[in-house]
Amino acid sequence: MLEIKGLRASAGNQEILRGINLDVAAGQVHAIMGPNGSGKSTLAQVLAGHPAYTVTAGTVRLDGADLLELEPEERAQAGVFLAFQYPVEIAGVTNAYFLRAAYNALRKARGQEELDPIDFLDLLEEKLKVVGWEAEIMQRAVNSGFSGGEKKRNEILQMAVLEPKLAILDETDSGLDIDALRIVADGVNALRRPDRATIVVTHYQRLLNFIVPDSVHVLVDGQIVKSGGKELALELEARGYEWLTGIPEPASA
Amino acid sequence: MNELYQQAFERFTGNGGSRGPAAVLASRREAFARFARVGFPTIKDEEWRFTPITAIARAPWRLDREASGRQLRGDELEPFRFGDADWCTLVFVDGHFAPGLSHRPPLAAGVSVEPFAEALSRDPALLEGAFARSTAQELTPFAALNAAFAADGAVVRIPAGVHIEQPLHLLYVTTQAAAGAAVQMRTVVQVDRGARLQLVESYAGLERAEVLSNVVTEVTVAEAAWVEHTRIQRENPAAYHIGLTQVEQGRDSHYRSFTLAEGAAIARHDLRARLSGENIETLLYGLYLGRGEQLVDNHTTIFHDQPNCRSWEVYKGILDGDSHAVFNGKVLVQPEAQKTDAKQTNRNLLLSAGAKVDTKPQLEIFADDVKCTHGATVGRIDESAFFYLQSRGIARDHAQRILTYAFAAEVVNEVASTPVRRALDRLVASRLGVRS
Repeated sequence: MLEIKGLRASAGNQEILRGINLDVAAGQVHAIMGPNGSGKSTLAQVLAGHPAYTVTAGTVRLDGADLLELEPEERAQAGVFLAFQYPVEIAGVTNAYFLRAAYNALRKARGQEELDPIDFLDLLEEKLKVVGWEAEIMQRAVNSGFSGGEKKRNEILQMAVLEPKLAILDETDSGLDIDALRIVADGVNALRRPDRATIVVTHYQRLLNFIVPDSVHVLVDGQIVKSGGKELALELEARGYEWLTGIPEPASA
Repeated sequence: MNELYQQAFERFTGNGGSRGPAAVLASRREAFARFARVGFPTIKDEEWRFTPITAIARAPWRLDREASGRQLRGDELEPFRFGDADWCTLVFVDGHFAPGLSHRPPLAAGVSVEPFAEALSRDPALLEGAFARSTAQELTPFAALNAAFAADGAVVRIPAGVHIEQPLHLLYVTTQAAAGAAVQMRTVVQVDRGARLQLVESYAGLERAEVLSNVVTEVTVAEAAWVEHTRIQRENPAAYHIGLTQVEQGRDSHYRSFTLAEGAAIARHDLRARLSGENIETLLYGLYLGRGEQLVDNHTTIFHDQPNCRSWEVYKGILDGDSHAVFNGKVLVQPEAQKTDAKQTNRNLLLSAGAKVDTKPQLEIFADDVKCTHGATVGRIDESAFFYLQSRGIARDHAQRILTYAFAAEVVNEVASTPVRRALDRLVASRLGVRS
């Protein structure tokens, strides 16, 4: 479904991704792990089309279509979804309004009828169950005053509503306590389908206890240095990243 | 120029008794004398530094005008009605009361909502007092001009303890028939002790016409009264709108205003609130939207004269095209006004390279035990917000409209009255090109 070949990307003059090759098949979950600063989040954002990064080489294809040619909104319309590490707060508009605008933008791009607010609320009611929320939260401003856990749950809710082909979770586990982690993971698992793929970007193995990956890739200094099955994550948990990077990790990391 | 105004004033006051009783006439003379003495302000005047009004000062306005005779059908007015059809609504067309377009349901005993003519014949004291005060105060030249010529307007009185549940709407419209005329409305609102009022005051231009809408509104909020005042300025794009709102608050009262400025080529609104009692709360919210070559100027002054009062002010601006906004927020804290808690915020969003803002907080504090803060920002939409919306499938231009609406909605949401807030939200959303 997703084919990344020789992808290189820079922020300003600094090259961050230095030749990424990755194939993700439909129905699979791939974990991207690596120490801080290895380029994991950059990879996630480059796939979604973040304007801060310039792709200097390589190709990214989603079901054969050239993703790098597309604007961020066109990628979303093609089925890419990025769950942000730091979701943006938008005071002034409600969660319900924002989600409906996004949902209808996708429908419009696909030549489907837009849903009116009433019909959308019905749909939303179903989707709220994925993250175990009550409808009241939809009347709050987007991520505004949300706790870290609420923001991450909100990302998963958006994902549930938008039903992407390819979901990319960028450190969705950071800042979550174990209960929130479980809710988020359950949400992601509930959305798994044979025709959808998921990329989970994470520093820790913990999330992968709940979202079990088919493959694990270790990113170091902008390149994938090791790939394996889910047991690779456990090995990283036990041994840290040092044996792959040659650089001792700070004790706090 | 002065001669033209002098002749117009003589004709106006010479035209029989329709200009009010002797007391009002005397006040008009005094106001006109003041205007004749000081003339129009220029940009050399600190209060008008960024707002050149040469076009207004030079135009040969028709001042002593009778009704334009323009008969409007109800449906022509439809886009400018606001809120629900059953709200008490006084409509004025080209400066004169239009009974056929107004809706006057029975109100609680003692409540009066009426045009000048009725107020003068029934209870002239309120209007006489208002005209007398307008000469006693330090007036702007425009307010003096208004006092001299204002031939019609609304007089609202809510007696002590009465709560009006439905908002009242005063709708002042101009049409093509008023082209070249100065339309000078005056609104007098008296909310007595412990009474409660939601007032909507709107100015709308139905058709493109060069008119000068020079208006003055006076609101008296007595002890322990509660007032929400929503002011909507939607003049036609060729109009000049100069407005002054004077608010006088008694102890334990609550006054909150929301000011929307959207129309006119040049729009200036001065809002002055005097807190002349203890334990007063004053909340001033504003939203101004500029595009094309519009100039929109908001001057606010909060007079903290007494201790233990709180004022809270948030004005936001959204500027597109080559529009220009001016915000000047003055807070004056007198030596006796200890424990004053005043906060002022002005935030501006620029949508184009040609738009600009001059913002100036002006805190003058003569008491030592107070909490006064202010902050002003001028900026653009954050790229990270753009990317967030785009990553959800929303195209960049739509994302800009949503984020702009969000910026505006944050202050619209402060309106307390639910039906007013909803109607305002619809209006702002539609102006900014999104669905509410």
